[in-house]
Amino acid sequence: MMYQVTFVAAAGLAIISAFGVVLPSNPFHSALSLILNLVSLATLYLLLQADFLAAAQVIVYAGAVMIMFLFVIAYLGGRADEPRRDVPLWQLGASILAGGAIVVEVVIAVASQAFGPAASVSDQFGNPLVVGQDFFGRYLLAFEATSILLLIAAVGGVVLGSKRPSRRIDEPDEFPAPEVQQDLELQAAVMGAETGFPVSRRATAAEHGGGD
Amino acid sequence: MKVGVEYFITVSAIVFGIGLFGVFTRRSPLILLLSVELMLNACNLALISFSRQWGTHTGQIFALVVMGIAASEVVIGLGLVVAVARRKGNLDVDRLAALRN
Repeated sequence: MMYQVTFVAAAGLAIISAFGVVLPSNPFHSALSLILNLVSLATLYLLLQADFLAAAQVIVYAGAVMIMFLFVIAYLGGRADEPRRDVPLWQLGASILAGGAIVVEVVIAVASQAFGPAASVSDQFGNPLVVGQDFFGRYLLAFEATSILLLIAAVGGVVLGSKRPSRRIDEPDEFPAPEVQQDLELQAAVMGAETGFPVSRRATAAEHGGGD
Repeated sequence: MKVGVEYFITVSAIVFGIGLFGVFTRRSPLILLLSVELMLNACNLALISFSRQWGTHTGQIFALVVMGIAASEVVIGLGLVVAVARRKGNLDVDRLAALRN
């Protein structure tokens, strides 16, 4: 009984918070809803005996990835808001159609398939020891590929976030960003990271970056 | 009521559909990235459900790899967003068409 109640609560929360991600125009609210969504999904993982995955979900997503998201949203300030809200009606209809079609297709496919009862597994299923043994044994190649991918992503993140973005040759500068402004922005970012208090440079950005 | 794998797959499909809706309708690249995260997590839920259904760990390993891919995607995506925000004033995915020509 407890299992069903937990499932209904976690599934309902996951769906409601998923709407909370896509509907608000303020990305900050979206990010907070996504954290709720991730925690609800972690609960579902626990119901599926994926203990290690649930822990990794909370640590990696809710811990690391979402902090990065919130930091960037705070760093961008007002520029991160939705530019405009007038989505054309046909686009809205097509989006609902596409999203709904996926749901209907999967429900039909699942309903037409007679799944037996889940395989009986030991209590050890999904705990870090056995998952780690599989990961470092049979699936070692996937592990190494993931580590190389993360290394490449880290290098790419450093290159993209470096102070001096490489200039395009064919495009004249839309606004001559003086070096001083970039230094100030970098300082603001560093101060925000150190104090945990996002220092906004919106005034500077409005001065120099408004004329797009 | 017996909660079988079908229910988990259905929840996964609903969350995936909501994420797809978000990717199609939103204009802010940050919310676009958040919607993609939603879709990736829905896929993870489906993988883990089937992993439990068949009693093997393959789906869980796959979900871990997807988590790594999602983390990389966020790093690159946010780096691009910050770089674009530095060079251009506003962020609108419909107007970021410099590579089209």
